[in-house]
Amino acid sequence: MTDNREMSYGPARALPGDQIAITTNPDTEPFWEKAKAHKLTACQCADCGHFRMPPSPYCPECQSTAKQWPDLPGTGTVFSFAICTRNPKNGEEYVYVPVVIALDGTDGAHLVSNLGGCDADDVEIGMKVTVDWNPIKDDWVLPVFKPI
Amino acid sequence: MAWAHQDKTAIVGIGATEYYMRGKSWPRTINDMAGEAILKACADAGISIKDVDGFAYYSTAGAGYLDKFDTASLMETLGIPHVGFSATLTSGGGGASGAAGLATAGLMNEDCKYCITVMALQQLPQHRLGVVFGAAAPSPENSFLQPSGLVGPGHLMSVLARRHMHLYGTKREAFKEIVQATREHALNRPKAIRRKPLDDEEYWSQPMLADPLCRLDFCLETDGAVAIVTTTTDRAKDCRHPPALIHGVAHGGTRNWGRAFAWMGMQDPDFASSGHKFVAERLWEQTGLTAKDMDCAEIYDHFSCMVLMQLEDYGFCEKGEGSDYVLSGAIRYANRNKVEGAVPVNTHGGNLNEAYIIGLTHVTEAVEQVRGTAINQVEDCEFALSTGGPASLPVSGMILRRA
Repeated sequence: MTDNREMSYGPARALPGDQIAITTNPDTEPFWEKAKAHKLTACQCADCGHFRMPPSPYCPECQSTAKQWPDLPGTGTVFSFAICTRNPKNGEEYVYVPVVIALDGTDGAHLVSNLGGCDADDVEIGMKVTVDWNPIKDDWVLPVFKPI
Repeated sequence: MAWAHQDKTAIVGIGATEYYMRGKSWPRTINDMAGEAILKACADAGISIKDVDGFAYYSTAGAGYLDKFDTASLMETLGIPHVGFSATLTSGGGGASGAAGLATAGLMNEDCKYCITVMALQQLPQHRLGVVFGAAAPSPENSFLQPSGLVGPGHLMSVLARRHMHLYGTKREAFKEIVQATREHALNRPKAIRRKPLDDEEYWSQPMLADPLCRLDFCLETDGAVAIVTTTTDRAKDCRHPPALIHGVAHGGTRNWGRAFAWMGMQDPDFASSGHKFVAERLWEQTGLTAKDMDCAEIYDHFSCMVLMQLEDYGFCEKGEGSDYVLSGAIRYANRNKVEGAVPVNTHGGNLNEAYIIGLTHVTEAVEQVRGTAINQVEDCEFALSTGGPASLPVSGMILRRA
């Protein structure tokens, strides 16, 4: 029997974009429109400046509906992550690393994404990362991350 | 201040079907299984099905992941003459223990006299929870989660577990101890699905389904149904068994937890928690008790790591010390009189080993403990805690008291 504490995962990859679909609504679409232009943004209250993700109709701090979508630096810090080994669409072996990123340029807003560009075994909480772009279905683009 | 309805209602009947491995309950239907659990709970209480006049569901009246309970359908097939109360807690399994509080609301408002809470689960291939999460076209909200490949609950919990390991130095040995301790509690239970001893070698050889969690950190996927009958303590005097008094019960939570792992927006210390602190504090305030007053704790265990975080949130140990607490042997039934501060956890084997019926088995075990009829009976059990969730709010907890 293999001891699962000795496992080595090897390279982490973003999930195949041709298997990924998203939907949008008027509250969330500006995030995805900017991603199409390879710009990372997050939903910010235009009154009090608080960031919220996913985008939602009201600011939970001041109940304003005014939103703005600033260009963020596109960098962040790994807040937490998992290592998964099966493609969720077809069950095939596929090492990927879902991550929660604390986004630079915000007051701690989190974005849930994938991390690639390194071995899964080398991912650590606190690691600095930068955005990369993964084309997905229907001409949308998904922000993913890689180590700096 | 003591809760106004303390000990005024009680769980008087419990019933359950056999437990089946996922999908093996077919060709039974979900209402067939729910009906069996309800009829058995009524028989256990010593009442007629025709006395039932209320339903207090949880999980948005869900039966499993895709089916729904419908009070009218249950009345039609079981022959229930009328109902004066039909309500549900929202969201999912987090309400498992709080549903008896909803029943209390109906009873104290004199809407009903005997109130049923029921859960049934049948995981036909298209109804598996992981599949349910992953197959749906993502909503605009879920488009910020699902593309990451976090498609099953185990994926989501593993991200919280990782943060706990980072902040507090928790090791996988603590998760292993939770699985092994509760496995030990299942060994002598005839209905338990997993009742073979679990050694270290077997645990460490399991596939990693979502690192840092391996297969045995995930709960069972089972079919079956469980039901309870709640009534007023006055009426309980005429029932067959001593009543399990509802001494405290609460559901809810704070926005900082919110949609939790369906969102991942929590900050520290909520991120690496169970989201139960708000409910725990309400329970202690309702009752004047603390975790150390509990004679046993039936803790919702869809994933081993979330037992550890609930033990912290309910105050069985300090925040961040859950690993040391479980590794001291404190949660093992066999250690209840040997280890300082020990409180047996999941004396029925829990979702990890006995069966997973979305948390209602924890309530029935708590009832048996305060009745004094449990298989792994804690001597002189006066107070039993049961919990529901971690999940998107509400989560819930209940303290049952011996009559």
